[in-house]
Amino acid sequence: MTGGLHDVEAPAGAQAQAIAQLWHVLLPVCTIVFVAVLVAVFVALRRAPRATRETAPDVSSLSQPEPALARAVWAGVIVCAVLLLGLLAASVFTDRALARLPLEDALHIRLTGYQWWWEAQYDDPAPSRIFTTANELHVPVGRPVIVTLVGADVIHSFWVPSLHGKKDLIPGRPQTISFRADRPGVYRGTCAEYCGYQHAHMVLYVIADTPNDFAYWAARQRAPAAKPASALAQQGAELFLQKSCAMCHAIDGTGAQGRNAPNLTHVASRMTIGAGTLANSVTNRAAWILDPQQFKPGANMPSQNMAPDELAAINAYLGTLQ
Amino acid sequence: MNVRAACCVVAAIVSLAACQREKRDFEAPTKAVTPPPVRLSEIQPGAISTKTSLEGKYEDNAFALSEGKRLFGWYNCTGCHAHGGGDKGPALMDRVWIYGSEPAQIYATIVEGRPNGMPSFGGHIPDNEVWELVAYVRSLSGLASGMASPNRSDTMHVKAPESNVEAQQPVTAAPSGASERP
Ligand code: HEC
Ligand code: HEC
Ligand SMILES: [Cu+2]
Repeated sequence: MTGGLHDVEAPAGAQAQAIAQLWHVLLPVCTIVFVAVLVAVFVALRRAPRATRETAPDVSSLSQPEPALARAVWAGVIVCAVLLLGLLAASVFTDRALARLPLEDALHIRLTGYQWWWEAQYDDPAPSRIFTTANELHVPVGRPVIVTLVGADVIHSFWVPSLHGKKDLIPGRPQTISFRADRPGVYRGTCAEYCGYQHAHMVLYVIADTPNDFAYWAARQRAPAAKPASALAQQGAELFLQKSCAMCHAIDGTGAQGRNAPNLTHVASRMTIGAGTLANSVTNRAAWILDPQQFKPGANMPSQNMAPDELAAINAYLGTLQ
Repeated sequence: MNVRAACCVVAAIVSLAACQREKRDFEAPTKAVTPPPVRLSEIQPGAISTKTSLEGKYEDNAFALSEGKRLFGWYNCTGCHAHGGGDKGPALMDRVWIYGSEPAQIYATIVEGRPNGMPSFGGHIPDNEVWELVAYVRSLSGLASGMASPNRSDTMHVKAPESNVEAQQPVTAAPSGASERP
């Protein structure tokens, strides 16, 4: 929905670079082998004796050695073995390069995959500095990030092509992936393991900020939700608690403490809603709240039956949650 | 007709009967929250109807039952009823029912609430989700189809899966105060 770089060929980190290099070896080698096989098949077809029903079977060479043919077969076997070993070596070295990322002073994020959205919890030794957001990771450029991958319901897969390869989020089996973004930018990722009806609408944005921008962003995310400034927003805050919203969503610093859905404490600061389904504009947000099923059928947020003034109030309130 | 062929035909017919189990409604019914129908009068024009279009539709549907199980945690039924064993609210995995075990009665319990501490969820959760919860609540004491009831939990298992529960003959208990609940 909202752009972002999504390209294996445009690496923005050391590891994506290593993967792209492997690709640049694999693609030409495999292309050459493929073309060679096609040529061989074509030549064989052209040269084959055109037998008819009446032609007697050619058994002339059965009892004689064919040194030329044997040499050709041996040459083929050796070339194949060398190429395969070469590719194997290339992928082993790529694996080692991927694992060699220095991890001092790494940022720790716990990423949980839900049907069909992502929850990100930024870890900190001080519990009061831990915060939670959704569908959008901000990371500082040049600093390694260790992401702990957790599946909440079914298997999902983390894949941000411009930063790293894929790794699955498996329920009950947390594992980690680490990467580093070397250039500021917006990198689009997506769930890469089919996880149900709305798998295609499960996008994750990784935004690489300069260290200063990141510190500013993190400080804002850590703050509790803004107090409603206008009467309309105040009414929206009350409605949020009275309607069903608070059963599923949390807004830190208020009574809304649901833990089954994206944390909305700073929802207005995000680029998209519904895990990349819609751009996060005032009108889109209103349409989503009223009828998410229209945009993401089957999503775990029910459509709401509410009066236009109630919707306007709730939307105004969410709009203040920068 | 030979016995093998006859067996195959019978097996095919029996397996057709299980089709309802995997049926999914992708678009309808809309997942919208509707206000609860409040009836202040016992009488209705014509025959008395409490049925809605979804009543009983989910009792033998595996997807709806597992959705019911998910929502039972999401809407914090577990906070008062634990995983069926009961806590502040009565146990739902036993055969004792205060307000009745029929789908329509459980629906009313959830939508309208009950006086001794059961919140009314009407207007807060969509109708189809209430019916999914009804089917799941019934599966806790084996009243929904064992073939379609959930057979695993996403979290740590605290009891036998719903699909293994023997159907229990419901008995009625008189409404009672919080202290002397059955
Ligand atoms: C049954 C639980 C539930 C209820 C009730 C609920 N939501 Fe949601 N909501 C969700 C889930 C789950 C998502 C994520 C959906 C997805 O992307 O697949 C979501 C997504 C959202 C989003 C987009 C967030 C993002 O960052 O993508 C907004 C905004 C939102 N809900 C607002 C509301 C409001 C306002 C209400 C009350 C009128 C409400 N929700 C009621 C479960 C719920
Ligand atoms: C705040 C605690 C609380 C929550 C949350 C709660 N219940 Fe209850 N529930 C109770 C209490 C207390 C009773 C007994 C009411 C009475 O005796 O009048 C009850 C009664 C019931 C009954 C009737 C049992 C019978 O024997 O007839 C059902 C069914 C039920 N709850 C289902 C649910 C479901 C489904 C949910 C979640 C959507 C839920 N409850 C959430 C407290 C709760
Ligand atoms: Cu997926």
